[in-house]
Amino acid sequence: MTRPFSDTDLHALVDHQLDPARERELDVWLIDHPEEARRVADYRAQKRELRELFGPVLDEVPPARLLRTAPATWRWRAWPAPLRMAAGLLLAVASAAGGWVARGELAPRPVLAMARDEGLPRRAAIAHAVYTPELRRPVEVDAAHEDQLVTWLSRRMGAPMKPPQLQPLGYSLEGGRLLPGDDGPVAQFMYRDEAGKRLTLYVSREAKAAPAGAAFRFTREGALNVFYWVDGPFGYALSAAVDRADLEKVSSEVYKQLGGS
Amino acid sequence: MDDEPLGPQQLLGWVPRLRRYARALAGNRSDADDLVQDTLERAWARAALWPGVRDMRAWLFGIMHNLHVDGLRRRLPTESLDDMSGGAPLESSEPPVQTDRLALRDLEAALALLSTEQREVLLLVALEDMGYAEVARTLDIPIGTVMSRLSRGRERLRALMAERSGPVRLKVVKQ
Repeated sequence: MTRPFSDTDLHALVDHQLDPARERELDVWLIDHPEEARRVADYRAQKRELRELFGPVLDEVPPARLLRTAPATWRWRAWPAPLRMAAGLLLAVASAAGGWVARGELAPRPVLAMARDEGLPRRAAIAHAVYTPELRRPVEVDAAHEDQLVTWLSRRMGAPMKPPQLQPLGYSLEGGRLLPGDDGPVAQFMYRDEAGKRLTLYVSREAKAAPAGAAFRFTREGALNVFYWVDGPFGYALSAAVDRADLEKVSSEVYKQLGGS
Repeated sequence: MDDEPLGPQQLLGWVPRLRRYARALAGNRSDADDLVQDTLERAWARAALWPGVRDMRAWLFGIMHNLHVDGLRRRLPTESLDDMSGGAPLESSEPPVQTDRLALRDLEAALALLSTEQREVLLLVALEDMGYAEVARTLDIPIGTVMSRLSRGRERLRALMAERSGPVRLKVVKQ
């Protein structure tokens, strides 16, 4: 018996490369040909699973070394803004933590210590740059499940983690996520204002890092302003691409709500 | 993309997709990013050619294909013939565990058992949704070869997955 459809047709059906009339004919034909129908179903499943398996790579921030492939004159303006920011920060961290990248030798201790001291705002800014452009999954648990978010983050952080209410200042909570840190997990809360501008609060254990005392400190990381402070075992950093004065107001409010004096 | 002038912005816009394909092709992050880096460096070095490139995707993925094949040739001079369809079967000595994550990991392991030629065609079609003619252009092979590699690759993957997820079998006696 001759087959009206070839092996190629089955693949073309899976890959949407048949014209619609032929596709319909083949669909009908498959009803009476379960063996071929199973193959088509399996091929479709393969395709879907391959996309599931490797799709997450699209959301990763590309390593900074890929950026350096560009000729110097093109480097900075060539990258889409969010990638540029993230990659720039990564570069900055790489060069702060290891002058050896350039000099071909291990950096002496004091440089490392300094890098570590600067670590909190920088890590916070990187986390901000990496996750705020995410359209699909800016947060792991959204604000609609705030109870779960609080329970989950508190358990993982080993201390109560309640996101401050910043509604009166124009920022509503979007949710939060857990990130890996040097000294255990880090919590990141994400807020946004009406214009869609995002602000993140980064909370990490800073056992060794900072000097005692809860002084506010301010720094700029690329296009981001960051206020940060250490209170008890935790370091806090608030990052956003907004005015220093505005951000300071929010920082004071966060500090107050978190039980600072 | 055909009429747009190609510039650095366009090139870097392909980075996430080049990385995805490279990861699936190379199997691990660091080899994959090496491959992407080499691809970008070569593309920058040939920036003068961009105005003549009609299909940037086929051009870039074609560069990556050439680099990947060169790399394999250096490392494994005898591997990867198109018709290695009879590779070693997977022995499933453990009972299958039914979770999606494990199923995906199985898929990754099974994918690694395909020949490079089959894997490339399968991935360009599955991940990039490339038409068969574009795959042929990208890999610089006839379209008939694209179809036979796709067909063999899909069947082999299917057989491998069936072995994995099927019921625990008695050991197959090999001749």
